[in-house]
Amino acid sequence: MNSVIKSVAYTLTHAPDLVIQAGTTQSTERIVNPDGEYLKALPGALRSFEDAVNYPPNQAYIGGMTPQQLAEIPMPWYENGAESDRFGKFGEIMPQEELYLLMQICDCFDLVLLEAEYSEKAAKLTESHPLFSAEIAARIKPGVELEVIKNEVESNGAEGLYHGGKLVGCVKKAHSIDVNLNAHVILENLVSKATSVISMLHLVKNSGIDPAVVDCVIDCSEEAVGDMNQRGGGNLAKASAEIAGLTGVTGYDLRAFCAAPVHAIITAAALVKSGTFKNVVVTGGGSTAKLGMNAKDHVKKGLPVLEDVLGGFAVLISENDGINPEILSEYVGWHTVGSGSSPQAVITALVTDPLDKMGLKITDIDKFSPEMHNPDVTKPAGAGDVPESNFKMIGALAVKRGEMERAQLPEFVKKHGMVGFAPTQGHIPSGIPYLGFGREDMLSGSITRAMFVGKGSLFLGRMTNLFDGASFVVEKNSGVGDTGSISEEQVRSLIAETLRDFAKSLGGE
Amino acid sequence: MDLENQKRVKELAEAHGAENVVVVLGAAEGEASGIAAETVTAGDPTFAGPLTGVSLGLKVYHICEDEIKAEVDADIYDEQVGMMEMVLNLDEIATEMKSMRDQYTKY
Repeated sequence: MNSVIKSVAYTLTHAPDLVIQAGTTQSTERIVNPDGEYLKALPGALRSFEDAVNYPPNQAYIGGMTPQQLAEIPMPWYENGAESDRFGKFGEIMPQEELYLLMQICDCFDLVLLEAEYSEKAAKLTESHPLFSAEIAARIKPGVELEVIKNEVESNGAEGLYHGGKLVGCVKKAHSIDVNLNAHVILENLVSKATSVISMLHLVKNSGIDPAVVDCVIDCSEEAVGDMNQRGGGNLAKASAEIAGLTGVTGYDLRAFCAAPVHAIITAAALVKSGTFKNVVVTGGGSTAKLGMNAKDHVKKGLPVLEDVLGGFAVLISENDGINPEILSEYVGWHTVGSGSSPQAVITALVTDPLDKMGLKITDIDKFSPEMHNPDVTKPAGAGDVPESNFKMIGALAVKRGEMERAQLPEFVKKHGMVGFAPTQGHIPSGIPYLGFGREDMLSGSITRAMFVGKGSLFLGRMTNLFDGASFVVEKNSGVGDTGSISEEQVRSLIAETLRDFAKSLGGE
Repeated sequence: MDLENQKRVKELAEAHGAENVVVVLGAAEGEASGIAAETVTAGDPTFAGPLTGVSLGLKVYHICEDEIKAEVDADIYDEQVGMMEMVLNLDEIATEMKSMRDQYTKY
């Protein structure tokens, strides 16, 4: 039987100082144009935590409002935020202080140092956090003198951790010469780990699952964990599961650029459907490299830096319970080596090829969730409205296939699409942001099925010019689960019927 | 434009002669097309890549412009670009591209 989407969690982490320090747009600028106006103007364009919490697309991501409610708010959304809660039904928006503390909690090699007073303040903040259990808090290490941190940054190759531009901690390098373990890489990986951990903690809470019954964790985030003997060795999945308390799991990392989450869900669904595992968690933490990716355009146009949050999510895929929406494992879509890379070839491979196998039309899918980038971020940067372009492309293909008239295209975009609300964190926008609302829409019966599409730019790694992508369809549960859904009485009647047929066949002979 | 792509365009222009190179873009927006066209003609307007201050003046077109469409087999064009033609704002892209060519293309 198909596996089901049992529960979903989404988190954001506000990291304005990491925008400056670790975003690749900024680190590139520091090399090519260190005295330029942009780097001078950047700190003044960063948002406060409150602004990030009140930002409507962020609220939609954590479940504080629906995509439909977001669509009713006039754009630009950064001008139309209303006072909001940092916690939403799917997760939360975490402040930078708690991130630094969580990075230290996730650090098993004494590489994260925090200044004593800052550390105490951050720890105090987490006292009221519902998911920072005593066991997790016990991993917090004592703070150190600022001088020690300064010395590590100035003389020993550590990366400084800043808050409001002030040095408050550091991440030390983990090896004297291995670039795969330098302070920058360790910082990136610890951020990915910490944001994956907080997402999994929310998933455990949202699902109510006993952490001990989870069998496997697949991490589909962006970074490679390893050393000079194996740069992408892994395993962020088990490393994060350890801190999140999932003690019974195996796990591994799955990388496929931005398409990784969709590939990971397809893999997890197959593992559960085959009976290999009963409960699989797919998790993805945030990417520091992508912070402030379009900030040059934002700053130039007088906008705040909108890419100031790290994205995270976690999904629990379980045996069919007869209730939750099913992942149709037999009808996944994938972009092949021979598919071609024109948008038309990609959409055909990912959307219409699997639909043809199912005998469905494009219009039979109630909602499409392709790249769900927040247009408030991408439009001022000249990249347009990414989800809208995707819905138009899918609709245009339906027109070409004779499934609807061209005049119906605007209506199709409205009915089968939605506004984008995901941070531009690479893997995060790729289909997955609608899983939470999509699951609810199918549980309530307001839609029957949705298609999730992820795409990846393999050429960025310079090993091939190929493109990549994958898709899966989730459908309202048919009502027959793996266990306990057929009653004893039904079994008796089935046996009786079979015996009657058998007797009849004997009599006939 | 991606810094590595800038490097490749620069190297190709040097290897084959700028007058022999045509850049064909596939950007989804007028503004993005214009920035890419400006980069390979006047130089990188973001001052970040290898084409900063380098005015190659290359011939540059968008795949959806009539000049390029006329060069491609109609069936293959429909198969590869037909869907995007329905989606893109072709007038906006063409206006932006023509403006960059009129100002900066040397060939």
